[in-house]
Amino acid sequence: MLIDFFLHLKASRLPVSINEFLALLEALQQHVIEHSIDDFYLLARAVLVKDESHFDKFDRAFGEYFKGVEALPGMEVLIPEDWLRRAVRKHLSDAERAQLEKLGWEKLMETFRQRLAEQKERHSGGNKWIGSGGSSPFGHGGTHPEGIRLGGRSENRSAVKVWEKREYRNLDDSVELGTRNIKVALRRLRRFAREGAAEELDLEGTIAGTARNAGWLDLKLRPERHNAVKVLLLLDIGGSMDDHIRVCEELFSACRSEFKHLEHYYFHNCVYDYLWRDNRRRHSERIPTHDVLHKYGNDYKLIFVGDASMSPYELLQANGSIEFNNAEPGAAWLRRLTDTWPHSIWLNPESEHSWPYRQSTSLIHNLLGGRMFPLTLDGLERGMRLLSK
Amino acid sequence: MRFSGSTTYVTTRDLNLAVNAAITLQRPLLIKGEPGTGKTMLAEEVAAALGLPLFQWHIKSTTKAQQGLYEYDAVSRLRDSQLGEARVADIGSYIVKGVLWQAFECETASVVLIDEIDKADIEFPNDLLRELDRMEFFVYETRQTVRARQRPVVFITSNNEKELPDAFLRRCFFHYIRFPDKETMKSIVDVHFPGLKPALLREALEVFFELREIPGLKKKPSTSELLDWLKLLLAEDIPPDVLRSKDQKAAIPPLHGALLKNEQDVHLFERLIFMARHNR
Repeated sequence: MLIDFFLHLKASRLPVSINEFLALLEALQQHVIEHSIDDFYLLARAVLVKDESHFDKFDRAFGEYFKGVEALPGMEVLIPEDWLRRAVRKHLSDAERAQLEKLGWEKLMETFRQRLAEQKERHSGGNKWIGSGGSSPFGHGGTHPEGIRLGGRSENRSAVKVWEKREYRNLDDSVELGTRNIKVALRRLRRFAREGAAEELDLEGTIAGTARNAGWLDLKLRPERHNAVKVLLLLDIGGSMDDHIRVCEELFSACRSEFKHLEHYYFHNCVYDYLWRDNRRRHSERIPTHDVLHKYGNDYKLIFVGDASMSPYELLQANGSIEFNNAEPGAAWLRRLTDTWPHSIWLNPESEHSWPYRQSTSLIHNLLGGRMFPLTLDGLERGMRLLSK
Repeated sequence: MRFSGSTTYVTTRDLNLAVNAAITLQRPLLIKGEPGTGKTMLAEEVAAALGLPLFQWHIKSTTKAQQGLYEYDAVSRLRDSQLGEARVADIGSYIVKGVLWQAFECETASVVLIDEIDKADIEFPNDLLRELDRMEFFVYETRQTVRARQRPVVFITSNNEKELPDAFLRRCFFHYIRFPDKETMKSIVDVHFPGLKPALLREALEVFFELREIPGLKKKPSTSELLDWLKLLLAEDIPPDVLRSKDQKAAIPPLHGALLKNEQDVHLFERLIFMARHNR
């Protein structure tokens, strides 16, 4: 039966391996846990899942396998929250609690479906209907040895199924993109290299040199290692980007603290003849793009951040820009930039599904040779992996 | 050997289970979690609770896997050879044992802490695969194999700065220490300040959890910061009603410097308070 469980986890795209599965069986054999599904859940998680961003996926897979959530009838019915609101709570003695009949899972679900069909109003404190308090198996805040908890907080810790659990949802890497998460993703780019003046004793070199000198000390020094990644960040600003300001700010502040060599410039919609560093003074202090092209060596990694949604004319036609008379189309500039810095990617805050429906987005996608990634943690990861190659 | 928390360290059930699984199956346990949730403390507490010696290995960005096994002190040998010392002939006297060697040699079982493994080079965990798996390694200079007499219990902590290689992860058990909820936090504080006035504790915890709720804080205050803050509150003998700022939301909690460590966070916090004052 556990082989099915393992295959189910695999099918839920959790990175589990046979080794880990064997370790789980070994743990069961050695009686690390008693016979309790809660302990089994914790054990399986510790043994099989090695990253908190997979916890949510695991929770769901575990739930599906052991509870057959999908197969349950009537689950899609919305239960008015009002029914569940805790109003009354009966305090039962232990003897009374023992009297409560333990329904089997099958029967519990069967009854649950019946109640759903029958019940039409709020109920509280009783022992049959879905509601709060009381000793009916359905609802929350009540006492029943094997009930289904709907909403509310766990009080007696015996609910077979906790619907609203999923506490690790915000650690799932396709969802949240906090500054910290971005930093972790950006750290992929870190590369240490020896550069600069010699300042550290090179022990291996000294020994080799001394041995060659037949025992006369031959000191060798070498430069210290430091992070040598250089990043050039070009940010789209204004217009349709206003919706994405927060996420871009986070990306920017994460970049700032991660890289020693970070240069940033702004553009609007697409890169043309001029860039600027301070958006408030974009008209007075703009910098010719040609100067930027010549200033930074090709060891810089180029990261565009923009939603790439604009009129296709801005990319394909001279004078197509909405605010500037450009002699060359945007596509020419983009090609020039990516030729100068071959390590380049485009991060797009729009969701990946929408890209094919925007002409300009697919144009830029092609211009960059497919190196466009969504501005989610997963997208950042993929982008950084490509950049660090 | 079973671990179930100690008088100075509050554990949750899932943590106990992960620790006991790691002890029983003799696999390394990888611990992750927010800073200040007691990752490093865990190894010390387990060692103390089980009465085993603890070997600590704190990792820096320059640490090499080899240093945990042994180091060959070539410089001393070179110096001695130039001075014509007799012990130069024995290369063994210039081998300095590392943390893992010491643990492997230990007569009893032991606890090994590899702290902040993510600080080291990206290849570091890969270099330790065989050593942690088989608990043995080969000393090239003296041509001997060092094998663990008793497999040590290994704890590895990580702050998620670098991703660890899959091959390494497959050999470990994993536990993510979640930020404690109010109840657990209360028992943690109880353990550290047994005589704390309940009123002060309640107010302080409320201020603390409200502070953590503020969106956009760069560094949310953690358990260790709460404990520091309580220590300060006690030392200054601040009465609980000063903390109760429900009706006077304008008041900044006293000694908030212990909770907020970032200048920008303090500014943000003061700005929010300023706005709250004006909205009234």
